[in-house]
Amino acid sequence: MKLTALLTNAAMVLGLATGVAAQDKTKVGFIYVGPVGDGGYTYQHDQGRLAVEEHFGDKVETVYQESVPEGADAERAITQMALNGADLIFTTSFGFMDPTVSTAKKFPNVKFEHATGFKRADNLATYSARFYEGRTVMGTIAGMMTKTNKIGYIGAYPIPEVVRGINAAYIAAKKVNPDVEFNIIWAYTWFDPAKEADAAKALLEQGADVLMQHTDSTAPSAAAEKAGNVITFGQASDMAEYKPTPRVSSIIDDWSPYYIERVQQVIDGTWKSTDTWGGIDSGMVAIGEITGLPEEVKKAAEAIRDQIASGELNSFTGPLNRQDGTPWLAEGETADDETLLGMNFYVEGIKAEMPN
Amino acid sequence: MDLSSINPVLLVASLMVAATPILLAAIGELVVEKAGVLNLGVEGMMITGAICGFAIAVETGSPWLGFAGAAIGGAALSLLFVLLTQVALANQVASGLALTLFGLGLSALLGQGYVGIKPPPTPRLDIPFLSDLPGLGPVLFGHDLILYLGIALVAAVWAMLKYSRAGLILRAVGESHDAAHALGYKVVRIRIMAILFGGACAGLGGAYISLVRVPQWTEGMTAGVGWIALALVVFASWKPWRVLLGAYLFGGITVLQLNLQAAGVAIPVEYLAMSPYLITILVLVILSKDKSNAPASLGKIFHASH
Amino acid sequence: MIVLEKRPQPSRNWSLATPVLAVLATMIFGGLLFAALGKNPVEAIRTIFWDPLFGEFAFYYRPQLLVKGAPLVLIAIGLSLGFKAGIWNIGAEGQYIMGAITGAAVGLAFYPLDAWYVFPLMVLGGALGGWVWAMIPAILKVRFGTNEILVSLMLVYVAEQMLASMSLGLLRNPEGHGFPGSRNLNDYAAANSWIHQNAGLHWGVAAALIAVIFAYVLLNRHMLGFHIRLTGEAPRAARFAGVNPARLILFCLGISGALAGLAGLFEVAGPAGQITIDFNIGYGFTAIIVAFLGRLHPVGILLAGGLMALTYIGGEIAQSQLGLPAAAIQVFQGMLLFFLLALDLLTNFRIRLHKKEAA
Repeated sequence: MKLTALLTNAAMVLGLATGVAAQDKTKVGFIYVGPVGDGGYTYQHDQGRLAVEEHFGDKVETVYQESVPEGADAERAITQMALNGADLIFTTSFGFMDPTVSTAKKFPNVKFEHATGFKRADNLATYSARFYEGRTVMGTIAGMMTKTNKIGYIGAYPIPEVVRGINAAYIAAKKVNPDVEFNIIWAYTWFDPAKEADAAKALLEQGADVLMQHTDSTAPSAAAEKAGNVITFGQASDMAEYKPTPRVSSIIDDWSPYYIERVQQVIDGTWKSTDTWGGIDSGMVAIGEITGLPEEVKKAAEAIRDQIASGELNSFTGPLNRQDGTPWLAEGETADDETLLGMNFYVEGIKAEMPN
Repeated sequence: MDLSSINPVLLVASLMVAATPILLAAIGELVVEKAGVLNLGVEGMMITGAICGFAIAVETGSPWLGFAGAAIGGAALSLLFVLLTQVALANQVASGLALTLFGLGLSALLGQGYVGIKPPPTPRLDIPFLSDLPGLGPVLFGHDLILYLGIALVAAVWAMLKYSRAGLILRAVGESHDAAHALGYKVVRIRIMAILFGGACAGLGGAYISLVRVPQWTEGMTAGVGWIALALVVFASWKPWRVLLGAYLFGGITVLQLNLQAAGVAIPVEYLAMSPYLITILVLVILSKDKSNAPASLGKIFHASH
Repeated sequence: MIVLEKRPQPSRNWSLATPVLAVLATMIFGGLLFAALGKNPVEAIRTIFWDPLFGEFAFYYRPQLLVKGAPLVLIAIGLSLGFKAGIWNIGAEGQYIMGAITGAAVGLAFYPLDAWYVFPLMVLGGALGGWVWAMIPAILKVRFGTNEILVSLMLVYVAEQMLASMSLGLLRNPEGHGFPGSRNLNDYAAANSWIHQNAGLHWGVAAALIAVIFAYVLLNRHMLGFHIRLTGEAPRAARFAGVNPARLILFCLGISGALAGLAGLFEVAGPAGQITIDFNIGYGFTAIIVAFLGRLHPVGILLAGGLMALTYIGGEIAQSQLGLPAAAIQVFQGMLLFFLLALDLLTNFRIRLHKKEAA
């Protein structure tokens, strides 16, 4: 223990010393769970990496490894980047949490950033985006646009992150359209275009005319385009190839500002382990261009977006009850992050049962 | 829960679409296995067909050329399997697995420039009156042409196996390659043709996913369909019409499962997803009493020792 | 005209030379592929084959070779026994998953009890889980004559669904904020398979080595091993020699299932740490290839497992250091397998130039 501490201190002194006279490039590593060509989640992280390269030019070198399986392989991939001189490593999927934690222990001088997790250390920060704020905007559009009052929602797995999004979208949709109903399909996969397309078709055949998704491929948009008269939203990336319809807007994970900021802090030596949960205000969640919608819907959606950004509106504001009717939030009360992070219940009004 | 929101006509129409990729790949694999060859590389050939078809359709603007390209791409990949198993006499199980690995990698390399592009639409059959008939119209006459090609292939393979001399020879080769060889049939040549046919069918099945069912290109988009196709051949006990039935059953379970969820039924998805495989095992057990269906030489290496 | 003539005995020289030839051929064609992708082929090949063993950070990669190779060898050894006897278990992936689930479940049931017997019980649980899963095709084959290739393959998909169900339900970490996945067994000392983590040593590595020795002794020194070989080479003769085919099927499938289950248990209790939806990454299928690359010989399997592990680890280094896409590495591995399988021809056959007889 003493020895480790000693080594750490020595290394820190050295690190500071070299930091002052830093001539060499700062090396930034990225560990991706999917291929960079997935057109969604991983693609968007890679856009963040490219933005870092562009912003810093010669001062920074980036490396990445794609399609890293969670578990033992992840730990090796992260370690290998640390060994090869990465100063800062972003691990971009929840499943990389424990491998990142144990690698961070072994490399006290390297900075780590883990996306969507909850374990931190002195050299391990966490970051995530309040995607649900985007869902509030999309839910508003959905509620205003639906004619059948049926909104189809494709979720990946029944986990808090996805449930949160469903609730946020439902609350927003219900506000503008009290008759709205949510049909929910769990795909039990993050990424399977054929299955997502089938799920989209099933929802459309049952009368949904708005599709929302919390899976990663653009297949639902493609299915909607084929069916016609249906609107969809881009998920994770803008999915601009389906503009102006069926994709009428999107929730974009824009990691670029965060990545650039954190890399800058490493260069400056001001990096600290933090827990960032950024929303629309920080730019981490961006609302893609609103296309193909009536002017008043567009205005309403933009107003919601701006209210969330300014802090005027919270996606989860009482009075709200849980699905079983028990009270959750009183009038004017807003949800705390703890409840949101572990959210495992639907809000009142959603008819579907949660699988467990 | 509102089961009345499930429209049975649309359900059947969409299960036919969902079943077609499996159907195409399985009918090809059926011919391969009838010839006594077990090619576990279906997934690799499908994904290769998916990207070849997609790329060619995008470049030429013609979905038909795309499907043709997919068939050629799938067959080209199966040529590797031919070289390994028919020329170099390597083990078929290992070669097939290697083929899948290779195909997944190759398709991802080929597809790097095609992410986020939309393919040209594949035309649907549109017969005045018939396609608009309530009920039957969308089920029978409202699909794209490839779906009908799939059904036609089933019929053709059935007729070929049952009535033609070629079918007889194919079965003879699959039952006992030594006897077929002794009768003067070119065992290796027949098997090569069967494998190439299987590759072309798998390629078509893959392209059906990337050009019709989804339609777009993403890495790994076949997501295990090739393995289901393999299961299906067994499920069907090597009978073409049962392949069709089985494909609709598999497709039907997927589509019905999603429809039930959409209607608000809380079903244990994982257990339902297991059911096709458990049913297949059950069918295997029932069938194993009647040994006549499985090609006797399946998976065995043939070497003519004169 | 070129004619293949079957050798009475597989050639010893060729069986040693072909793997080397195959690796060389892969280097050449792989190099061309990397060059086509705009990378320096020599550097890429060196990164894949040299760096993990002798590069700057070899101290880290060498132990990792053990971590990556151990499950492959352990599973492949079990499979090879059946393959030798003509019993085709290709569902090791499913047995691997079930072993991990049952083994981890035993451990998690004791959490947080700190007792010496927790890990041994988990080992038993893991072996039992894999064994039971393999017994399904075995019993169906013995009782009904059902094809074990297909049943064992189908059970892989069933196991995968079980894995998803367990990660989301029964085994989900109660303190995991609702995310799928079990507790991490690396944080539970009594249920941990590491012996020396920095050296890459866990009980799975030890078990793999023991399995190699066990298989070698069994095949060369034991009656049962003789029966296995005899059944594969001359099934009819085996019957005359008094081999009970049903018992052989139960034994071969059972042992391969148990070993695959053990591999799953050691993986979940060590390198992977937890049961998650994506816990299985194809070791069960890759092990089939490893078994064939090793020519179904225990020592050969050991070497083949090492080679596979090398291409995995080297491939990962090439990805992150040279920016090679993951797909290129997959293609490269595919090539290696093709060449290894194809060149095996030279071991079993003699190629002769043969004048076509005049008609």
